[in-house]
Amino acid sequence: MTASSAENSHPTNTRLTDQRGHQFWRSLNELADGDAYRARLAPEFPDHADRWPSGLSRRKFLSLMSASLALASWSGCAKKPEEEILPYVEMPEQLVPGQPLYFATAMPLFGYGVGLVAESHMGRPTRVEGNRHHPFSLGATDPFTQASVLTLYDPDRSQAILNNGQISAKAELQSAIGALRQRLDANNGRGFRILSGTITSPTLLAQLKRLKDAYPAMQWHHYEPVPQDADIRGCELAFGRPLQPLYDFGKAAVILSLDDDFLLAGHAPIPHARQFAQHRRASVATSRPREMNRLYVAESTATVTGAKADHRLPLAPQSMEQLLLALASRLDVNSGDEVGTVPAEVPIEWFEALVDDLIRYRFGDCESSALIVVGYNHPPHVHALAQAINAKLGAIGTTVTYIQPVVGTTASSTDSQGNASDDEALLVSPFSQLDSLRQLKEAMKQGEVDTLLVLSSNPVLTAPADWDFTDAISRVPYRMHLGMYADETAELCHWHIPESHYLECWSDVRARNGLVSIIQPLIAPLYDTWSPHQVVAELLGQASVSPYEQLRSAWRERRPDEGAAEIANDFDSQWARWLKLGVVPGTAFPAAPNVGLSSEFAERFTSARNSALATANNTQLDDSDESRGTLLQISFRPDPSIWDGRFANNGWLQELPKPLTKLTWDNALLIAPSLARELDLENEELVTVTRGARQLRLPVWIVPGQSPRVATLHLGYGRKAGGRVASGPGFNAYELRTTDAFWFGNDVRLAKTGERFPLACTQEHHLMHGRELVRAGTLSELQQHPDHPPFMHEHHLPDNPSLLPNWEYDGYKWGMVIDTTACIGCNACVVACQSENNIPVVGKEQVLMGREMHWLRIDTYYHSAADNPETAFQPLPCMHCEKAPCEVVCPVAATVHSDEGLNEMVYNRCVGTRYCSNNCPYKVRRFNFLQYADYDTPVLKLLRNPDVTVRSRGVMEKCTYCVQRISDARIAAKKEERLIRAGEVITACQSACPAEAIQFGNLNNPREPVTEWRESPIHYKLLGELDTEPRTTFLASLTNPNPDLVPREPIHDES
Amino acid sequence: MANIFHPSMNAISRVSIFGMVFVIAAIFFIIWIVVRSPYWTEEGVAREQPVPFSHQHHVGDAGIDCRYCHTSVDKSSFAGIPSTSICMNCHAYLWNDQPMLQPIRDSYRDQKPIRWTRVHDLGDYAFFNHSIHLHKGIGCVSCHGRVDEMPLMWKNQSLLMEWCLSCHRDPVPHLRPREFVYDMRSLEELAESGDLQRGIENDLPEFDAAESDLQSLRLALSQRYDIQSETNCSICHR
Repeated sequence: MTASSAENSHPTNTRLTDQRGHQFWRSLNELADGDAYRARLAPEFPDHADRWPSGLSRRKFLSLMSASLALASWSGCAKKPEEEILPYVEMPEQLVPGQPLYFATAMPLFGYGVGLVAESHMGRPTRVEGNRHHPFSLGATDPFTQASVLTLYDPDRSQAILNNGQISAKAELQSAIGALRQRLDANNGRGFRILSGTITSPTLLAQLKRLKDAYPAMQWHHYEPVPQDADIRGCELAFGRPLQPLYDFGKAAVILSLDDDFLLAGHAPIPHARQFAQHRRASVATSRPREMNRLYVAESTATVTGAKADHRLPLAPQSMEQLLLALASRLDVNSGDEVGTVPAEVPIEWFEALVDDLIRYRFGDCESSALIVVGYNHPPHVHALAQAINAKLGAIGTTVTYIQPVVGTTASSTDSQGNASDDEALLVSPFSQLDSLRQLKEAMKQGEVDTLLVLSSNPVLTAPADWDFTDAISRVPYRMHLGMYADETAELCHWHIPESHYLECWSDVRARNGLVSIIQPLIAPLYDTWSPHQVVAELLGQASVSPYEQLRSAWRERRPDEGAAEIANDFDSQWARWLKLGVVPGTAFPAAPNVGLSSEFAERFTSARNSALATANNTQLDDSDESRGTLLQISFRPDPSIWDGRFANNGWLQELPKPLTKLTWDNALLIAPSLARELDLENEELVTVTRGARQLRLPVWIVPGQSPRVATLHLGYGRKAGGRVASGPGFNAYELRTTDAFWFGNDVRLAKTGERFPLACTQEHHLMHGRELVRAGTLSELQQHPDHPPFMHEHHLPDNPSLLPNWEYDGYKWGMVIDTTACIGCNACVVACQSENNIPVVGKEQVLMGREMHWLRIDTYYHSAADNPETAFQPLPCMHCEKAPCEVVCPVAATVHSDEGLNEMVYNRCVGTRYCSNNCPYKVRRFNFLQYADYDTPVLKLLRNPDVTVRSRGVMEKCTYCVQRISDARIAAKKEERLIRAGEVITACQSACPAEAIQFGNLNNPREPVTEWRESPIHYKLLGELDTEPRTTFLASLTNPNPDLVPREPIHDES
Repeated sequence: MANIFHPSMNAISRVSIFGMVFVIAAIFFIIWIVVRSPYWTEEGVAREQPVPFSHQHHVGDAGIDCRYCHTSVDKSSFAGIPSTSICMNCHAYLWNDQPMLQPIRDSYRDQKPIRWTRVHDLGDYAFFNHSIHLHKGIGCVSCHGRVDEMPLMWKNQSLLMEWCLSCHRDPVPHLRPREFVYDMRSLEELAESGDLQRGIENDLPEFDAAESDLQSLRLALSQRYDIQSETNCSICHR
């Protein structure tokens, strides 16, 4: 829609009023169906092949063309260049040249371990997958862990020690640290501070403890820009001692999430997504009907958790507490004098239905129960109230257990009471990282700090804006920084030490439940980098002991008692077993006993609430100035792709279309459709956001389902340093984030500027003109019509079916089924595919032209009103049609059918006509318009999967069903003279999926789960009416709404 | 006005227009010939190596099994080029003062790999697996030729796709018992030497080599090894 057509500038309203039934839309533009949208839809690529990267004139183009023509004719006359083979001098143990090796390791993600299995080709790690034995990986991964291998080979990584910005030698750094030690010896460590992120590594904590013992006056602070400790402090209020809740969504029959995006950005998204999906898989229940959980979500920003909800409510963050108070009143939880009333935005029948459901499962059978979770962006007293209600509902012991907090614990295990040892004294403020940083800031401002060591943290970027951290840190006379990138903090430090990647150094890490994994390096450090262990060891004067020896001696001393005496006596075999398993058994923290609501809860809650309210009132900014724009609430969230900015230099993550918004390469101010209508704002329009004296200019993006008066801003963008990819894209949300609105605040003003800023959004790329694309229904519909549920839209084959002959597949018959009920749209599969198949990054300019190369995209479909739509995800790889329209139009037979049913792409034959892509009804083919693959940067060559061709310019490519894995399995099976077994071929997307939504296998093998899924009554073929016989098929998206709440009617907007 | 062109130009222009067809055809023909010629494919062209390693001496004279050096040939896609330590297993004691072997000793001393020149170089878009070929009864000699007669290594075959396909379409004539995949002799030579029967005892216990011709042996092997014609593109290209 265009600004000029004022009368139809909001046609969504008129369209919505006559919406009935299950009609889906993918974007607000599609819903509006304006002329501009239709015009953009017509060509296959939004902007066609006549577009070149900017800066290329017609003259340059012609000269390039003639040069390339001349070169092309000459290139045929050159013989193949000579290649060298460099064998080993001594072959490493276990290695079979050409075969990958797999090692269990773990990635510290925000301080906590995610167990991984890394694939190594001739000594170079190329890929990670989840470790089945690790409870916080379960064999799956998330986008961050998948993309971590790219960070290892990132050419922008910090590679040299810097002293005042100049490259320095290791010996100089060592002598500088030596001099520092002498100073510390002299003054007992007074004025020496360490700042790090969350550290759970037992060995590093023990080293820090030794440092503290040597220099008792030193202090250690820890800070994550996305601190996840509010729940621990909430438990302290509720139960009288700090405890860390561990949730089991698999046992939860009814879940209420308040702003907690537990499926993607919560405490442990992988296991939570797995548990949630397993309890939701009624869709596969052809033979064994199972109960399906019910999810209520009240959230301020549209998240994937809200998208999976059965009942979702856009709610301002400030109203969450009121909703909880109202719940507490209804459920007779004593929360002090406060009598809760249901917030005005919450429909009363919604509230009543929720209460009914919660009561139904209160003290339910021991199998399942109710569960309330609150996002870490809410203050501790809200968490306390949620835990109190959980206790009242009988959730303790079933859906939630409590352990001693993992953060800040150095003891390898807890005593029988689950109590923490005295090691917490090491941390200034163990359970409030913001307080910990505040204490450091205060000390720095008062000149109490003379030496600061920053360990893998970037406080100059991420500290609250009102603290003026730059000024505070500049007052410290001597500053050192250890980090993977020469980032904003490195620029302000005298010394910058390049940090090793987790795949380069020995370490250990605890998972959220305390379970330890040994981090096993896959490769020697690529550059002369240091791990935190080495830096602290240097400070301790123990630099001669390698991190490996430190780790081993630490574990030799305090190995957990496993009971098996004969193993326990032999440390080496025990160690080997830990490395092989990827976990150290017996190190998980036991559930804390006797957890019950403290009798002083009501008082504590009231006082915490009052002090929070007082702080909020004290810091209320002057917002009376109407000229500065419309008054709004603002909410800060970690970015789903680059989190707090630490992954900003990772091209895979930058180009990953963010869930729901589908934005790449930028963040934007996310606003609700109703607000956009009110202010007459369009996507990509630049606005100024003012908060007190702070101002940020950035584009808006309209998000269906956003809370009406809340604008959401993702952290981590708009950086000034930290690599070529990181510095540039987006807008720095930290500039607006202050302590009084650390997560949300209600006093920003938004004003139009009239300017625009292009955002690269992939939501409207590769559209399949409005047909019945996605199927979504409810459990009760399925129960009423178990054979043919009405939402399945039985398609009728045309009278003139395909001209292509039917083919018998009597050998293997590969096929994939994707369960859209389970799919949470988290993008793990997309990055896994990118990593497995050497898919290049194209950059924002090319994404704007619709040239992103992802072989797998996640289509998001919305249904009903834009203000609070229902959402369905449909991941879309190649369909591998049996009667593939692409094959018949290729003039050079570069895309052909195999007798196992694969639709194969032969890159070396492709001449780039793009007819195939034109004829593909699913729009799953991607064309290399330019030379996207980087052939030149040496370090990136180490990243590539050697089993997959690195495609060149002018070649069409697409999902191959990971044919290299099929080939490997086929060869292995043939060598053993058997057939490929069920479950033997696992595609990259399937292995990464935390929700187990993707099944792949041989359709001729009845033992494959994929054959069972294809029998389901809610199984459907996308665009089945075209008779293409796709091999990739889907299970419909099922929800389980409360029968008391009639399915949401489209909301008719009054404006 | 006088004619610019003499009337004979009519004939010449006709001839040259029709002749052009032949010239273009000839160009294509020449290209077709050249890319198949040893000049292009480097078939039969011996390569210089940092150490003039002789397969003739090691395989033919000394009788060392292929797998002693090419350790992963039966396990992996890549046959494996021997590590320096494998050379030094013998050459620490044999010819350990020969100047010709100095690069080997240097490599072992400095822990730096020897930079061999690749002789068999497939396109990066083609994926070949040694182990499955051996397992299916295709011997080394089928592709690499009589390496026991090669003083320096050269390509014995063109490695053109049409050559690969000629066997993938009809593998049977190239089959041999698994027992003899590392043997350089042809099936005929094996039959003459009388070793053949010993080699098929495992795989074809019922089969009597002396009574049957080689073609029926190959057909029987094809049955036993479950040989299929593999011509899907993704068998090699992915």
